[in-house]
Amino acid sequence: MASLAPTFGRGAMTNTWQDIKNANLVVVMGGNAAEAHPCGFKWVIEAKIENRAKLLVVDPRFTRTAAVADFYAPIRPGTDIAFLSGIIRYLLEKDAIQHEYVRAYTNAGLIVQEGFGFENGLFTGYDEGTRSYDKSAWDYELDEQGFAKTDDSWKHPRCVINLLRAHVARYTPEMVSRICGTPQDKFLEVCALFAATAPPDKAMTCLFALGWTQHSIGAQNIRTMAMIQLLLGNIGVAGGGMNALRGHSNIQGLTDIGLLSDQMPGYLALPKDGEPTLESYMKTRQFKPLRPGQTSYYQNYRKFLVSLMKAVYGDAATAENNWAYDWLPKLDLPMYDIIRAFEMMNNGEMTGYICQGFNPLQAFPDRGKIRKGLSKLKFLVVMDPLDTETSRFWENVGPQNPADPSAIQTEVFQLPTTCFAEENGSLVNSSRWLQWHWKAADGPGKAQSDIWIMSGIFHRLRALYRKEGGAFPDPLLNLSWNYTDPADPDPEELAKDMNGRALVDIADAAGAPALRAGQLLDGFAQLRDDGTTASGCWIFSGCYTEKGNQMARRDATDPREQGIAPNWAWAWPANRRILYNRASADPAGKAWNPAKPIIEWNGRQWVGIDVPDYGPTTKPSEGVGPFIMNAEGLGRLFARDLMAEGPFPEHYEPFESPSENVLHPAVRSNPAARVFADDRAQFGSPQDFPYVATTYRLTEHFHFWTKHARINAILQPQEFVEIGEVLAREKGIAQGGWVRVSSKRGVVVCQAYVTKRIKPLMVDSRATHVIGVPLHWGFTGQARKGYGANTLTPSVGDANTQTPEFKAFLVNVEPTTAPVA
Amino acid sequence: MELTRRGFVRVTGAGLAASSLGALGFGPAQEALAAAVRPFKLTHATETRNTCTYCSVACGILVYSMGDRAKNARSNIIHIEGDPDHPVNRGTLCPKGSALLDIVHAPTRLTAPKYRAPGTDTFKEVSWDFALDRIARLLKDDRDKNFIARNAAGTTVNRWTSTGMLAASASSSETAYLTWKVARSLGMVVFDNQARV
Repeated sequence: MASLAPTFGRGAMTNTWQDIKNANLVVVMGGNAAEAHPCGFKWVIEAKIENRAKLLVVDPRFTRTAAVADFYAPIRPGTDIAFLSGIIRYLLEKDAIQHEYVRAYTNAGLIVQEGFGFENGLFTGYDEGTRSYDKSAWDYELDEQGFAKTDDSWKHPRCVINLLRAHVARYTPEMVSRICGTPQDKFLEVCALFAATAPPDKAMTCLFALGWTQHSIGAQNIRTMAMIQLLLGNIGVAGGGMNALRGHSNIQGLTDIGLLSDQMPGYLALPKDGEPTLESYMKTRQFKPLRPGQTSYYQNYRKFLVSLMKAVYGDAATAENNWAYDWLPKLDLPMYDIIRAFEMMNNGEMTGYICQGFNPLQAFPDRGKIRKGLSKLKFLVVMDPLDTETSRFWENVGPQNPADPSAIQTEVFQLPTTCFAEENGSLVNSSRWLQWHWKAADGPGKAQSDIWIMSGIFHRLRALYRKEGGAFPDPLLNLSWNYTDPADPDPEELAKDMNGRALVDIADAAGAPALRAGQLLDGFAQLRDDGTTASGCWIFSGCYTEKGNQMARRDATDPREQGIAPNWAWAWPANRRILYNRASADPAGKAWNPAKPIIEWNGRQWVGIDVPDYGPTTKPSEGVGPFIMNAEGLGRLFARDLMAEGPFPEHYEPFESPSENVLHPAVRSNPAARVFADDRAQFGSPQDFPYVATTYRLTEHFHFWTKHARINAILQPQEFVEIGEVLAREKGIAQGGWVRVSSKRGVVVCQAYVTKRIKPLMVDSRATHVIGVPLHWGFTGQARKGYGANTLTPSVGDANTQTPEFKAFLVNVEPTTAPVA
Repeated sequence: MELTRRGFVRVTGAGLAASSLGALGFGPAQEALAAAVRPFKLTHATETRNTCTYCSVACGILVYSMGDRAKNARSNIIHIEGDPDHPVNRGTLCPKGSALLDIVHAPTRLTAPKYRAPGTDTFKEVSWDFALDRIARLLKDDRDKNFIARNAAGTTVNRWTSTGMLAASASSSETAYLTWKVARSLGMVVFDNQARV
């Protein structure tokens, strides 16, 4: 999501699942929705049947999504930016962009500072020592009033569109084919399909997932496509959008609530050491509009922050103590992400680790390093409904988990939790719907809910601190905990906390009583920065109001059957279903596509089938941009300083790659990616590991859970790798034959599935073979024992998010004999 | 007559549907057949609305359990199927969702707290009190020892880096919010969820 927010203002899927049916072209790239999101993918089929849409798939493997596609193009893993930059070049060269949209709704015409440049693979300001950029030149030229200078004629050599044109000039069809291995004719056919969606009444939707995020340049993969969608005028419209198909059932919710090292609820940032006071923290978060009259909604940031602090610390957060700002932990690093956590563990810098419904031994890169790290902990707490590998990392189960328990001093707690069917609560789906669910039965045996367990730990800690004192107990002692049953808070009470309430009687601007003390808020517009409102997650405000639990709504009525269903559950923000929907209409307020309008200006206000993502009475003539979270009000083709490796995407090779970077050999891989020395020492070379591997998921399994479910364990019982026929012949590997797959970091022995679905690609005139490694097995559950794909994967992440590079790395494969049973 | 698909199943399952079957265009033969079918077993079950626990499509599901939620009755989930009224999945489920019953009743579901002592090669069953008391003690000892109130420059930073946590992105938002409160009030910064991978 670290690419959608810098581009559009919010890091979330823009449209709904059902809205996919409105597309004219569905592009699936960096994902395999037919297998990974089957019931959502049904809307792609609906688009094909009802809207005569074309489905286009670009993927290293001929996936099950490709099997129902109108057009398929192969690509080498880790080269999507080159492919998509080639498309941008094509669209600009053929002038196949939606001009009026690009001119009015993107920063194409804004003028960039003179000092900004790009040379030999690096943008201005690179420091090799710190592997990071001084980004001060990555911004607009401002006028005397602090507004960005603009040239609507696009003649200025430094306006964004011209810089972009120059930047992508290198990505010719020849170059794309040389880097990606995609045949030129196929690439050009893809370009033509994209270009056909430039007319105002045509929409392309893009469905993507981990196939884009799990790269050292993951965030920029997504950004490149987001830029294409802006150029084609496909954001905010029916059947358009950047649809990040998220993984776990509440991964969107946990992101929204900020359960990430550097985050707080509602996309507020955890403070850093350089922000020792509330005022210093707020200084960079004033979000003064960069063009006259823009909404720049984060101007309300202080209201969101103060209301959060009131929700978390209640009466203990006061104006005098700056709303308990000092109690928030401050970060001395950009983040303590998972790769860093296991680096610290291996260095002996960590004592304890709690895994709540998380199985890092199988899920994190370089299993050997993960196992070693866990072995150095003093204690490990695992809360899970299932018997996970992580909780048994110390057990010697043979080659799949070699360990010497007597040498491992870690205390391990395995705590049984209830599962989805045994609790009440809400989950946020990919398209931001908060849906409530109900408990059907108690958990088995002595299993308890995560809420009960976390509360139990909290109360014990608080009692210990009250009795013994200890390191800075104030935040813990003052944590707000006003629940009917303090030992087991009711999910509805927690949901109301997040929605927010008035803390005193509040009058409106005219002095009339608007809210009484204790009243649940209707939405985030009622939040205040004077400590009179509380809200634990401002973007969820409106989910549980005085009218009841909006997340439990079940009216599936769908105006014009356009895929909005506005009264089913509740969507953040403010029940808007299509983000940036102001952009579905032209500057005058008429729908670009009269057949599928979302909101339109009726002369007095915005009306339509969705809640306007815009001031409801803001006149078109006011010139307020549709991207209301951005200070410019515009979608960003140029990302300013919001990305680690550059305001424009650039092709960098994966850290393990069979190929040089033909664009700039001296800068091969992401120059801003953080790489720990011990991880770098574990990168293999193409001489030793000549084949490109990519991990993936099967439709019969969900991560490492479903091997515990009998039917799924029967459907896909054992670990395998997928190898193309040409390579199998070359290596003498038979269908179903045993193979030894190795990377610099580990070995997996399993059976080979020899397939027509992966064909060698000609990369820079050399045949390059790709191997598919599905990831679902381990040593607990009902399926056969396996190693797990992450035995092989490298420990390096994206420069913005530190999401590991699971999708492109190097292996060798050799035939071997079946292991002795 | 308007019927949702679920309503249709109910009505026909309960064997009360002669007239509505007729309205839907079924002939007399089918009516007779429907009347002869043993009442659908799920009509006796308690129906609970829930959401599939796997991916972010978030398909609506109906969970059927035996037991009428009386105080001394323990519910047992016997069947899970797609919710036909749900606007996204419209009753369908994928190979994972169709097998949800098997994950609820997986033989490897955990049923009691267990503890593995340093250097040993087995888990031993323990009480909740033992587990949570010991965890609180370990957390506090480490926090008291390694909490960083001020950095080298003397700035108040109040962070704790030597114990970390991974939160569960299949848990509810309400669980997540409570978890965030507890973790951050301790000053924890080594803190992530599956969105990181």
